[in-house]
Amino acid sequence: MSQENAIEVRNLVVHNTALTAVRGLDFTLPAGARMGLVGESGSGKTLTALALMGLLPMGWQANGSVRHDGVDLITQSDRALSSRRGRTISMVFQDPLSSLDPVRHIGQQVSSVIRRHTQASKKEAERRTVDLFRQMSLPRPEQLMRAYPHEISGGQRQRIMIAMALACYPQLIIADEPTTALDVTVQKQVLRRLNTAVQERGSALIMITHDLPIIAAMCDTVAVMYAGKIVEMGPVAEVFRNPRHHYTKGLLDSQPTMDNIALDGSSRLASIPGMVPPLHSLPAGCAFHPRCAAATEQCMSEVPTLDDGPRRAACWHPIGATVPMEVA
Amino acid sequence: MAIYILRKLAFFLGALFIASVAIFLLIRGAGGNVAAVVLGKGATPEAINALAHTYGLDRPMAVQYFDWIGNMLSGDLGRSFRTNESVADLVTARLSVSIPLAFSGLVLGLLIAIPVGTYAARNVGTPSGALLALVSQIGVAVPVFWAGILLSLLFGVRLGWLPTGGWTDWSVSPWGAIRSLVLPVLSLGLIMAAVLIRYVRSAVLDVMNQDYLRTARAVGMTRTEALLKVGLRNAALPLVTIVGLQIAELIGGTVIIETVFSLPGLSRMMLANVAAREVIVVQSTVMLIVVFVISINLIVDLLYGLLDPRVRATR
Repeated sequence: MSQENAIEVRNLVVHNTALTAVRGLDFTLPAGARMGLVGESGSGKTLTALALMGLLPMGWQANGSVRHDGVDLITQSDRALSSRRGRTISMVFQDPLSSLDPVRHIGQQVSSVIRRHTQASKKEAERRTVDLFRQMSLPRPEQLMRAYPHEISGGQRQRIMIAMALACYPQLIIADEPTTALDVTVQKQVLRRLNTAVQERGSALIMITHDLPIIAAMCDTVAVMYAGKIVEMGPVAEVFRNPRHHYTKGLLDSQPTMDNIALDGSSRLASIPGMVPPLHSLPAGCAFHPRCAAATEQCMSEVPTLDDGPRRAACWHPIGATVPMEVA
Repeated sequence: MAIYILRKLAFFLGALFIASVAIFLLIRGAGGNVAAVVLGKGATPEAINALAHTYGLDRPMAVQYFDWIGNMLSGDLGRSFRTNESVADLVTARLSVSIPLAFSGLVLGLLIAIPVGTYAARNVGTPSGALLALVSQIGVAVPVFWAGILLSLLFGVRLGWLPTGGWTDWSVSPWGAIRSLVLPVLSLGLIMAAVLIRYVRSAVLDVMNQDYLRTARAVGMTRTEALLKVGLRNAALPLVTIVGLQIAELIGGTVIIETVFSLPGLSRMMLANVAAREVIVVQSTVMLIVVFVISINLIVDLLYGLLDPRVRATR
């Protein structure tokens, strides 16, 4: 594989004995590039992230290939993967309170990551941890070393998690809804720290969220997932301005803006009709067709694949396409 | 932390006081006239009154209670009505049997339960994990005395490796004392282990599903390493509580084991004294055991505060 790519995912399938949650994912992330992964709950975003990390919950299995740093992560043993996790690939989780060890000092949790992956002495690792805390604009970093997770605020905890993930300058960082568990007032601050830190290190970023403005602000490209598949991908600005897939358009239309929120209750905020189909009974053809206004006979029976080009979409009737001849 | 310790200490003293009143009232109240009970049927009222006076039993109950507690606090546990032996001496002699038995039983139980329970949790859903769960379930259902008898039959009667019962005192032969303790400790330890395995398994299972264990792996620990370095410390929190509660269970177990293996331990001494209606011996010995159990619980609480920073902060 070319060394310029942070990760190359080919036909990634994640399943357990009963369900297939991720149904054939393909994407490539060049070094230092930042990609957003959006979709509703249950679309397979988090399982995709965990599959890349080799951290799938018990009973789940990944197939396909995930090339990273010269190896296929799917085929690696837990021991081989563990030497990369936190060093070349790392992850920031959703809930920082439950994700930190409640009975160990914060400083120890972060500095042990540095000691594990580098030759640094205990003292040196601790010094670098304090530096990291400072970079994350954490107040009184020296005292913070000896604090426990329950003693600090949610925003501080998430910045600790980010410091931990970035401690060893990884090639790729996966952030799984890093601000969902935080107060709105500190979300922006945490994201700003994450953004700066990622850029300073030149790390690639996969940002998982259903908050589209975050993607618009932080990412170069975006992949939209629906029922375990990528249905549309391309440069963020273009996808958001001119979505080709009807699902992407639905997502964009259901984002609140100053224009479509009415406080008198007569909300004009659009929503996508219907619900995400359960994984055990996906509809035939395009999984989105029961909720799609543009669905035809073809959509009910034939599965669309991502078309080629810079603005890929998996749709038989993409928005903005020239109207088929026979209809015109 | 200081407030936490003070609160626990206050609770400890309160529990001791309530327990001592309860023991005193139950034993005195249930026994009727203690002097009559001691002398048994056919004693003349004069003899009963004389004995009651000798032991101060004709004084008001409250005075007797505070007298008893005062003496206990100064280390005087009273004397046997019949033989006039000091209760302190009686108890001390038996502790050289009971303490090694109970302590080794508990330690053996933990030494078995922690690795086996952890293994069972790691292999949940596999045949070996299910087998372990089944075996420990059977272990829980086995009465302590039956386990003792079976072990005694196998190693004592069949193989003849160890004595089937009886006691060689430490002063006679330390090796003999250890040999007399092996089977009792084994029976007690196995039964303790069966109960504890289930708690260890569920504590470890719970910890395995925690986000912080996933984080530990996400920053470079292998699955096993994360479980041993991060998981076990967190799983220890509920286990400390369970072990504290099991102490009472343990003392119950020693009563049976000492009987099955004819060991001259504290529990058997107490049973004999209950039968012989030695009121003051029973009263003081029960109080001693209560002090022991409540002390263990105090230690557990303090240990909990030491292990879990969240407890120190909030309680």
